Amino acid sequence: MKEKDRRSKKQWKTYLKGHWQLYAMLVAPLIVLVVFSYAPMYGIILAFKKYQVSLGIWKSPWAENHGLNNFIRFFNNYNFKECLRNTLVLSIYSLLVSMPCAILLALGLNYVGNYRFKKTVQMVTYCPYFISTIVFVGIINMMFDNRMGVLGSFLHNKFGINVLGSPEIFPSLYVWTGVWQGVGFGAIIYIAALAGVDMQQHEAAIIDGATLLQRIRYVDIPAILPTAIIMLILNMGSVLNIGYEKVLAMQNQNNMAVSEVITTYSYKVSLVSTFPDYGYSTAIGLFQSLVGLVLILVTNKIADKVTGDGFI
Amino acid sequence: MKKKKITQDKVVYFFNYVFLTLMLLIVLYPLIYIVSCSFSSGNALVSGKVKFLPVEPTLQSYKAVFEYRAIWVGYKNSIIYTVLGTLLSVALTLLAAYPLSREDLRGGKVFMALFLFTMMFSGGLIPTYLLVKNLGLVNTMWAVILPGSVSAYNVIVARTFFRQNIPQELLEAAKVDGCSDFRFFMSIVIPLSMPIVAVLALWVAVGLWNSYFNPMIYLNSENRYTLQLILRRIILMSQVNLSSSNIDPARIAENQYLSEMLKYATIIISSLPLMLIYPFVQKYFVKGVMIGSVKG
Repeated sequence: MKEKDRRSKKQWKTYLKGHWQLYAMLVAPLIVLVVFSYAPMYGIILAFKKYQVSLGIWKSPWAENHGLNNFIRFFNNYNFKECLRNTLVLSIYSLLVSMPCAILLALGLNYVGNYRFKKTVQMVTYCPYFISTIVFVGIINMMFDNRMGVLGSFLHNKFGINVLGSPEIFPSLYVWTGVWQGVGFGAIIYIAALAGVDMQQHEAAIIDGATLLQRIRYVDIPAILPTAIIMLILNMGSVLNIGYEKVLAMQNQNNMAVSEVITTYSYKVSLVSTFPDYGYSTAIGLFQSLVGLVLILVTNKIADKVTGDGFI
Repeated sequence: MKKKKITQDKVVYFFNYVFLTLMLLIVLYPLIYIVSCSFSSGNALVSGKVKFLPVEPTLQSYKAVFEYRAIWVGYKNSIIYTVLGTLLSVALTLLAAYPLSREDLRGGKVFMALFLFTMMFSGGLIPTYLLVKNLGLVNTMWAVILPGSVSAYNVIVARTFFRQNIPQELLEAAKVDGCSDFRFFMSIVIPLSMPIVAVLALWVAVGLWNSYFNPMIYLNSENRYTLQLILRRIILMSQVNLSSSNIDPARIAENQYLSEMLKYATIIISSLPLMLIYPFVQKYFVKGVMIGSVKG
């Protein structure tokens, strides 16, 4: 036993002698990871506390109701239902629209013979991806302004629609402008998947008399399905997390009833509020993280069962 | 039968071209519109006369932007944060990814799990904020560039690239010649990995240049503001303070819509750097997405 111990210790020593530099490289990134990703996890106990700045995280007293008071307050708050509904509407609507659009664009580009035209479409559709959220929302506001904006004034004068002022339109505005900005970039991954399709399959299908639409249906779609499923799983994890950038920037007094999502709400009760409620906001964040984790694992499991394409 | 098939395909091809041309126009129009607006007169803007081309062309709005000091302070800060943040993030990512790509690293699975877990679970807004605050980083550049500098996703992409592109034989040959891991990494791996370095640098740089939430919560003095924070004030909150800028007061009085015009020109000036470089760098973006899509 002792002999074995000594030998494995010696083995490790010789191993480290040859490989210590690999571990040395890992030190700096690991420190940053531990400090900025893992250390905040310690702060999660705030969710179960009544935070007092003067006492700090550890010494603050536990919240009422066995420490669960922050959660109870959130679930009972009249804002909770509204925020949850808004969040789900925006993220599911956007998931349902943006993925098919990206796939459609990728399929369209896949069947363009003219190389120049194809490259032009690709390059132009990537372009909006490089515009910052602030500028992008600024452009939306300018175009849909019902007095000055070119689309807004048209819709206002012809149909009496006030795009920026009507809460009913907000989800569609959010989602379709999102498509405008992201469809070209979202298509890249499907273009890559389509490029990997074996040409022989297409040739065989042509010989068998398949039409173009049939080839898309029976050759291309199955080829991009695994990619689509992975994208779906990745997106599922962030279903509750939308909002820090674009929704927050798009909010105005008119659309608040439909644009207040969980993230913006938790930001407002903590960092914006004159009486910041850090414990409450942390509890909301923890709720989001946990739901996200569960959703990723569940979708992954289902995908694995159905198609064998789970990836974790 | 055969004839029917051919005509159907032709129709589908035709509609495909129509569809893509429409996409092209839908994406292009708002961009052209904003550019045209930035060259139009304040009167034309406010009365909604601009539809496609500039109306009553003028360079007034650009003149105002060039004289608006806050924008250039933001510009300078954004450039500094983006350059330093990108260097830092790329260096850390490569340093993490290379050892993790080596099959002979013992405990590699544990380290990898440590990175992967952060993709699925995080401390959240407030715990991160309090940490940054307790470290004394609030209102410094570090609050903007440090917290997101090691991204698990980027590490995975770089690791996949190393696995596919650095042949095992090369390492063995170098080892025989007595080359250390450090030296192999610096003088062989990095030079062979320029495509992935470009991909990572672009992702990080675009992210830093365009983000506004982190700078917004961490920076509180105006001389440290990034360009996006200044833009947020001008474009979204319409807080244009013309009197504190270097713009000639006579010109402000003369043109009552100057603050409205300023918005459009600001958009153009602030988006210009990325718009100018993206045609040349987009292929790297595409490459990065493709490497990332390989199951790693």
